[in-house]
Amino acid sequence: MTTGVPAVAPARLAGGDLGSDLRAVKVVWRRELLRFFRNRLRLLTSFVQPILFLLVIGTGFGALAPSSGSVNFKTFMFPGILAMTVLFTALFSAISIVWDREFGFLREMLVAPVRRGAIVVGKCAGGATTAVIQGSLMLLLAGLVGVPYSPVLLLTLLGEMIIVAIALTALGVLLASRMSEIQSFQAVMQFIVMPMFFLSGAIFPPSNLPRWLSVLTRLDPLAYGVDPMRRAVFTHVSATPALQERLNAGITWGGWRLPIALELGIVVAVAAVSLTLAVWQFSKAE
Amino acid sequence: MSALPSSGGAAAARNRSDSQSIVVAASDLVRHFGDVVAVSGISFEVREGEIFGFLGPNGAGKSTTINMLCTLLKPTSGSARIAGFDVVQEPLRVRSHIGLVFQDTTLDDYLTASENLRFHAELYGVEPEAQAERLERVLSMVDLVDRRDHLVGTFSGGMKRRLEIARGLIHSPRVLFLDEPTVGLDPQTRARIWEYIHELQKREAITIFLTTHYMDEAEHCSRIAIVDNGELVVVDTPDALKAMVGKDRIELQVPDSVATIAALREQFSLEAAVSEDAVAFHVADGEEFVPKLFAGLGQPISSIRVSRPTLDDVFMTYTGRTIRDAEVSTGERMRNHPRMRRRGGR
Repeated sequence: MTTGVPAVAPARLAGGDLGSDLRAVKVVWRRELLRFFRNRLRLLTSFVQPILFLLVIGTGFGALAPSSGSVNFKTFMFPGILAMTVLFTALFSAISIVWDREFGFLREMLVAPVRRGAIVVGKCAGGATTAVIQGSLMLLLAGLVGVPYSPVLLLTLLGEMIIVAIALTALGVLLASRMSEIQSFQAVMQFIVMPMFFLSGAIFPPSNLPRWLSVLTRLDPLAYGVDPMRRAVFTHVSATPALQERLNAGITWGGWRLPIALELGIVVAVAAVSLTLAVWQFSKAE
Repeated sequence: MSALPSSGGAAAARNRSDSQSIVVAASDLVRHFGDVVAVSGISFEVREGEIFGFLGPNGAGKSTTINMLCTLLKPTSGSARIAGFDVVQEPLRVRSHIGLVFQDTTLDDYLTASENLRFHAELYGVEPEAQAERLERVLSMVDLVDRRDHLVGTFSGGMKRRLEIARGLIHSPRVLFLDEPTVGLDPQTRARIWEYIHELQKREAITIFLTTHYMDEAEHCSRIAIVDNGELVVVDTPDALKAMVGKDRIELQVPDSVATIAALREQFSLEAAVSEDAVAFHVADGEEFVPKLFAGLGQPISSIRVSRPTLDDVFMTYTGRTIRDAEVSTGERMRNHPRMRRRGGR
């Protein structure tokens, strides 16, 4: 359809077609990456916390935990720390929507002649990409904690990080859709990010726990992302069956050990539901 | 066809404006926020190439109207068409034909000027091969070419506003909406923004729809719509509006304003009011009236000023108060409805 004023109005007309939606996804994604790489300080500081956890807590608690050869508590913690890196980066990127709202830039995106869903998908794609980049940089530390640089293992972990990153970013965007104040960010950190991290099995095995804690860990979607990553690591290290039993017993539902495919399926479902709700939230807002 | 309007395109657009095609048409627009009526039945038309000004105090319903025209707010009832597209039925088509500059900045401080512009160009689907040229053109129009690679966070308020105007133009919109384009800027910057707006109207053959509560700025417009309490009071050119008022305004500085007002009523049958510490009233031939005033008032006068009608007088004539008084009372009204203030101001 043309406007009858081709010389003044641009020839193409954005109007909810797939092309303009994809363009919107791309441009929002690219902005996210531009900002990510421009903020060197954030890039650096977001490594400090995971490395502290891995080296300080991992070494400290390692004295209490069983080990054999090069496999120790830090080996156990490594997939958890990858998940932590992805969690923090993904949620931080997603929640930057609240900043965009406060400083007005969200409006620039929402008034564009594209569907709101495309903006949300772009934001998720951008946040997930930055989270995977951060996670991949952490992955390079594998050798320090007795995890071999096997291409199969690295690719498996990368793939699992991608799934987890998408789910967490979508969840974060959904949370941000209802937040209008920057102060809410602190609340999200305290009430969502930290509990999600602690209950995910990142720093202690989600097995042999008291009932209340066991139930809470199984309600944490991140737990279903950490376990497949840990299982991948433990198939590539030589750990005794006793050590496997202690550190890699994984998530069970009434004694049944969940298959990896189901665990990842749960994460994918969280991603799909969060993304759908987030798109819906932004689309209905005036 | 390129996204860049060629000079031929601009000329063609001007020819169309001669034929007075309507680019913005609002018909009985109404918007309620709960039980507060922000806009109650506004209708008007804007012709191609005009600078159309919405003039009124804060809280008169200007931003609410602009938000409905820009598809950001659904009208409670009524309809509007921009460039032929219905704002409720075809919001995406409306959006691709308008440029928006809001009261509050909507730039990304952590990106450079040209990155902000490129983001916008991509989002609005300006063809990649036209982008560089388009970017150059809008940046040079607002004198920001040499700052293109600087982070927007380092810009002053005036530079940000100029960049936003440039951004609003990148996709060659038919109508540029400017919501209080000079609010919060110093006088020099305000004057420059107006230079840009006039130049823009000449070079891009664009229609400009703006809101303002500065009377002096309304003088720049081709036509003005005076809005008060959610209603459109009158629409016409600044000159025609002033001619309608017709009379000269006389302001007196007097020791006793109450006695002076009473004396004016008794001796000359004139209704005067205190406005900004002066007793003000209107007469047909001000300069000839002054000697009569001195002879017949019977009250001391410290100083006297006679002025031709201004838009302030126009506003006073149509609404019964000055725009400043209107702002005070609207401010009080809005404080009682915080929800309206928040939604109306955004």
